[in-house]
Amino acid sequence: MHLTHLDELEAEAIHILRETAASFERPVLMYSIGKDSTVLLHLAMKAFWPAKPPFRLLHVDTTWKFREMIAFRDETMRRLGLTISVHINQEGVRQGISPITHGSKVHTDIMKTQALRQALEAGHHDAAIGGARRDEEKSRAKERIFSFRDRNHRWDPKSQRPELWNLYNTRLGERESIRVFPLSNWTELDVWIYIHRHQLPVVPLYLAKDRPVVERGGMLIMKDDDRLVLAAGEKVETRRVRFRTLGCYPLSGAIESDADTLEKVIEEMLLARTSERQGRLIDHDQSGSMEEKKREGYF
Amino acid sequence: MSAPFSKGQSVSEYLERYESNDLLRFLTCGSVDDGKSTLIGRLLHDSGRIYEDHLRAIEAASRVHGTRGGEIDLALVVDGLKAEQEQGITIDVAWRYFATAKRSFIIADCPGHEQYTRNMATGASHCQLAITLIDARHGVSRQTRRHATIASLLGIRHVVAAVNKMDLVGWSQERFREIERDFLEVCRKIGVGDPAAIPVSALTGENVVTRGANTPWYSGSPLLELLESIPVEGQSAESPFRLPVQYVIRPTPDFRGFAGSIVSGSVKVGDRVRVLPRGVETRVRRLARSEEDGGDLVIAHAPSSVLVMLEDEVDCSRGDLIVGGGGGAKAAEAIVAHSFEADLVWMVEAPLMSGAEVLLRQGTRTTNARVVRVKHRVDVDTLESHVADTLALNDIGRVEIEAEVPLAFDPYASVQGTGAIIVIDRLTNATAGAGMIRTGDALDPHTKRAHWETMPVATLDAPHGRSLVSGKEREARWRQRPLSVLLFGKPGSGKTTAAFALERALWDLGHAAIVLDGQMLRAGLSRDLSFTDEDRSENLRRAAEIAKVLNEHGVVVIMSLVAPDPIARERTRQLVGEARYLEFDCGKVAAAAVVAAVMASLHG
Repeated sequence: MHLTHLDELEAEAIHILRETAASFERPVLMYSIGKDSTVLLHLAMKAFWPAKPPFRLLHVDTTWKFREMIAFRDETMRRLGLTISVHINQEGVRQGISPITHGSKVHTDIMKTQALRQALEAGHHDAAIGGARRDEEKSRAKERIFSFRDRNHRWDPKSQRPELWNLYNTRLGERESIRVFPLSNWTELDVWIYIHRHQLPVVPLYLAKDRPVVERGGMLIMKDDDRLVLAAGEKVETRRVRFRTLGCYPLSGAIESDADTLEKVIEEMLLARTSERQGRLIDHDQSGSMEEKKREGYF
Repeated sequence: MSAPFSKGQSVSEYLERYESNDLLRFLTCGSVDDGKSTLIGRLLHDSGRIYEDHLRAIEAASRVHGTRGGEIDLALVVDGLKAEQEQGITIDVAWRYFATAKRSFIIADCPGHEQYTRNMATGASHCQLAITLIDARHGVSRQTRRHATIASLLGIRHVVAAVNKMDLVGWSQERFREIERDFLEVCRKIGVGDPAAIPVSALTGENVVTRGANTPWYSGSPLLELLESIPVEGQSAESPFRLPVQYVIRPTPDFRGFAGSIVSGSVKVGDRVRVLPRGVETRVRRLARSEEDGGDLVIAHAPSSVLVMLEDEVDCSRGDLIVGGGGGAKAAEAIVAHSFEADLVWMVEAPLMSGAEVLLRQGTRTTNARVVRVKHRVDVDTLESHVADTLALNDIGRVEIEAEVPLAFDPYASVQGTGAIIVIDRLTNATAGAGMIRTGDALDPHTKRAHWETMPVATLDAPHGRSLVSGKEREARWRQRPLSVLLFGKPGSGKTTAAFALERALWDLGHAAIVLDGQMLRAGLSRDLSFTDEDRSENLRRAAEIAKVLNEHGVVVIMSLVAPDPIARERTRQLVGEARYLEFDCGKVAAAAVVAAVMASLHG
């Protein structure tokens, strides 16, 4: 008797979520609205049904997310009868940090990495669950499922605990914490096929539609609001586009596409020749840059 | 990475097929020099697709770090961290993913250089198959033996030797057959269930994904075809049912579900089950699932994550093990005991010493435990056992572990999910060791001693408190506190003489006392026992059980046994109860002193 690989991945993720609930005092689920978070939240609902997931949901908002993402977040919480805490780095807001004027590196550091640390510390969270996958990026290929962080939320690739079988070591010292990645063994295709199989609602930005975009630095940036000021020579055009990954709108490159259904999205992905993170500015700052960010505490 | 898909193909058909794929987890072991990274790069590159942006990054890196003179170096596909690329070594297990039309794969890529044992054991604990790289120029090496040994210890049946760099030995069939013979011989000695060897060149791709023109004499499958067709060990109908309870879900007072992952076998609604370690028997009422998800299940198989509801209000929580009941293969007994022997892989710098106090994780239970002793160390190169009382980093050895609470487990060879353990350092919280609980002969001497811990099979609730005569009334009637006095010492130490002198003295003062003499027991109750350490321990246990019963009835019991084992005496103390127990070493204490001490204790 065999389970299919998707059934096996689902069972593993549910096991990890339950293990987290059982082993930590104040776990938190980091919900970031995208496709991976969609699957993660669905699995959390399933793991604890008929009870609600026994941990807080948290969204670290950079204030630069697509408006449709925020609307989708609020609708999802209403639909599932959940509440979510939203944390914004107010210090960053006061300083007027923006991905456009400060660049992706500074913006990501202050509005995401620092903001996340603030939120985890304020909530005294000993475990933070995230939707990261090992196939996303090279430095994640060695990531643990229960990834140890020191008192300063730093990740040291050399001090990670070996993980054998499904016997996770969740012991922590004072103020240490663990990041938990239930989707570690899922690929991008697995995520989409799971969404398709269960017909899970996703942010409409994943599906192709006529949208106002600006060509900038070789990427198509959507003009989601007036904060995106056009430079000389730039113009807003309407193009049929969609997004493979979603982040802050000035940092997320759209792709031209006609894929307006889940099936077409999957077909397009199967034929694609580039990886999903290619459209993300932050990974290209410098060679090995995701590794650097992780060391500093980026999710 | 995904299976090749071409424009015009039906997506829904593709999805249907992809969704029915099963999953094979395999590991690759070998050093950089063997061409392991190149082999994986080749598998990913030739079978699925390496995305263009990744390929561009690899091309750029090949110019800086590559070993192929500026040509694309496929090894860089898999060399992860920046620090590693610079040092040219891989220091940790890396995980890779790809799928073909037949199967989805997860690769645990284990580095061959440093920490090989620790890393390989980690990778192997997740895998069903191992590929070990052999350089065709060098043949089977010590490293090959290590890989096969560790794979076999971790319960991997399929070990495939990829005999690489065949291009460098002129595609010689003779050379390949020689290596194949050596490899199969090593596997036979170690006891690898299903070994195979394939001649390949990761560099040219020969026999990796497709058959090549250079090895017409090789009639077997290319590597990928083998990976696609090897049977994934499924759960047979005979596998015993095991569900370690992870979490109790209780949203309302009338809903109480036990959540966990089935690690072995299957379970149906209505099945009889038992909750270990207590052994309470009940039935499965529901395998609960939400309506949106398709409603309740009728049957569930390993490795599903399930939510089980039981017929009766039994005591059950995280750490407990739900097993099949009611007879048949599915109901095969799990072992319930405090102590066991295991093969342990040591994973931290600080060596393991006999007597170490540790945290032990087994199933969903984490408890304090003591490594009673290290018995021997296994030389992974020669497979010989050496007497040792410590284990160093990357050593593998046999240990005896005693947990603070009773555990329900199986030998690792029967059920991995309940036979695997990890050992955690109590000070640093590091995962210090990983172990496989042993089966077979090695455990036998301990099963008798383990009677101290085994739980009674059928008696669920002892009739405590049913007697109409209270302990207080008994104390008043006999004018004494019940005691269990153990007089121990070597034959000839005078313990029997002292025992009967004590009995006489108590009798004369109007007390109720009785002697349990070791030799007397051996003539009857213990006539099945010999004089091994284990059987001496068991004889003492039987005496202690009788003493306990007699104490319950208010009688003073004087045990006279050799009882050389301090652990067994400590268990006697626990069994009869601290407050009722006295022991005297007759080699050291005179009979008169014993009588005086007991008299003083009689009235509390």
